[in-house]
Amino acid sequence: MSLAKRIIPCLDVDNGRVVKGVKFVDIRDAGDPVEVARRYDREGADEITFLDITATHDNRDTIVHVVEQVASEVFIPLTVGGGIRTLDDIRRMLNAGADKVGINSAAVFNPEFVSEAAQRFGSQCIVVAIDAKKVSAQGEANRWEIFTHGGRKATGIDAIAWAEKMVSYGAGEILLTSMDRDGTREGFDLLLTRAISEAVSVPVIASGGVGNLDHLAEGVITGKADAVLAASIFHFAEYTIQQAKEHMASRGIEMRL
Amino acid sequence: MSTVAVIDYGMGNLHSIAKALQHAAPDVDVQIVTDAQQILHADRVVFPGVGAMRDCMQALNQSGLSDVIRDVAKTKPLLGICLGMQALLSDSEENGSTLGLDIFSGHVLRFAEALSDSEGNKLKIPHMGWNQVHQRPHPLWDKIPQDSRFYFVHSYYAKPNETSVIAATTDYPNAFACALSHQNVFAVQFHPEKSQTVGLQLLNNFLHWDGQS
Repeated sequence: MSLAKRIIPCLDVDNGRVVKGVKFVDIRDAGDPVEVARRYDREGADEITFLDITATHDNRDTIVHVVEQVASEVFIPLTVGGGIRTLDDIRRMLNAGADKVGINSAAVFNPEFVSEAAQRFGSQCIVVAIDAKKVSAQGEANRWEIFTHGGRKATGIDAIAWAEKMVSYGAGEILLTSMDRDGTREGFDLLLTRAISEAVSVPVIASGGVGNLDHLAEGVITGKADAVLAASIFHFAEYTIQQAKEHMASRGIEMRL
Repeated sequence: MSTVAVIDYGMGNLHSIAKALQHAAPDVDVQIVTDAQQILHADRVVFPGVGAMRDCMQALNQSGLSDVIRDVAKTKPLLGICLGMQALLSDSEENGSTLGLDIFSGHVLRFAEALSDSEGNKLKIPHMGWNQVHQRPHPLWDKIPQDSRFYFVHSYYAKPNETSVIAATTDYPNAFACALSHQNVFAVQFHPEKSQTVGLQLLNNFLHWDGQS
């Protein structure tokens, strides 16, 4: 018996409310982030991730207050991503009670930001979020590239090479989202997950596409992920975190039950 | 009201640990302190830390807090957490070689690269997540079930010279000392402030501990 695999519920927060955009469908309201976080903690979440998708800069303070409130009563690791562009953004989130921050597009536009952040705050709190999309044609060897702007903008950067580079720059963990699968409920891109997980020395969190509990288990068993992240299957109480953990354990995965 | 001083020497965010201590024992006055006198006046002391060993020791030596911690280690209950545990050893191989406070004789070593679990899967570094803690008898484990899981995040681990100071071990994949104790000093590699119920129980136990093992 050793290290457990982790389940990380993700809360997409827009203007202080939890929302979940299901692909091709409107964003649905899933409640007050503090209450949702409280429930996930009770159900046995191993960590909680907040993704701030608030569009306007003015409303960014909202997420800071959410993190402050959650951190004062929920004692598991908290990660905040979305709009992290400066060392000062990181400091604000850590001071509010976050344990880690997710850096996404800022890393693509300025990779040095990741090394500065890791040097200043330590690799343990720097999660680099990678949005990848398959670009190889059918019949070709699999190849994925980094996309920005919610999967709309190609960068031409190879996903595996990028993950390796981010780790060499000081990323302590990789949050890997398949933009092909995100919101589809068809399961993780397992080949992508496995390729990245085997390429880097740091833990990899699989994300994008979870529609049922077997998908979570497959992410670990076939995708070799160290942790699995999901949003919508937990928000609307289709499954509790506890059910998900028990299911994964029944598939032979070591879990914290 | 008893007091606990959380030492602030500029290494990392202390709000989490302060909030968790307050939550674990509402009857205790939790103070985040930088000042030697305040540390010496507190009933108990928490020595936290994240980041690199060299920065940690530089900050402690420049502020004069190294001697304060050595003094506390002889006189009152002291809890080292994560880097605050590693700094209590003689030295660390992080950043070349860095001298520690030498309260526990021994070394801090990096996990070897390319370790595998029993199924041949590569073990990631940092060791991150919830792992089982195999306790040895000590009052700070009171009301915490044997082999409970605590939250870890670290790439280096302590290897004390005397096995008698090991208060618990964890496997990754080999057993390493995840908790050390000697008289009134207790130190843990994991983060009790992020380990939910069992973590809060450990903090509560510490906040009511008389320093006897």
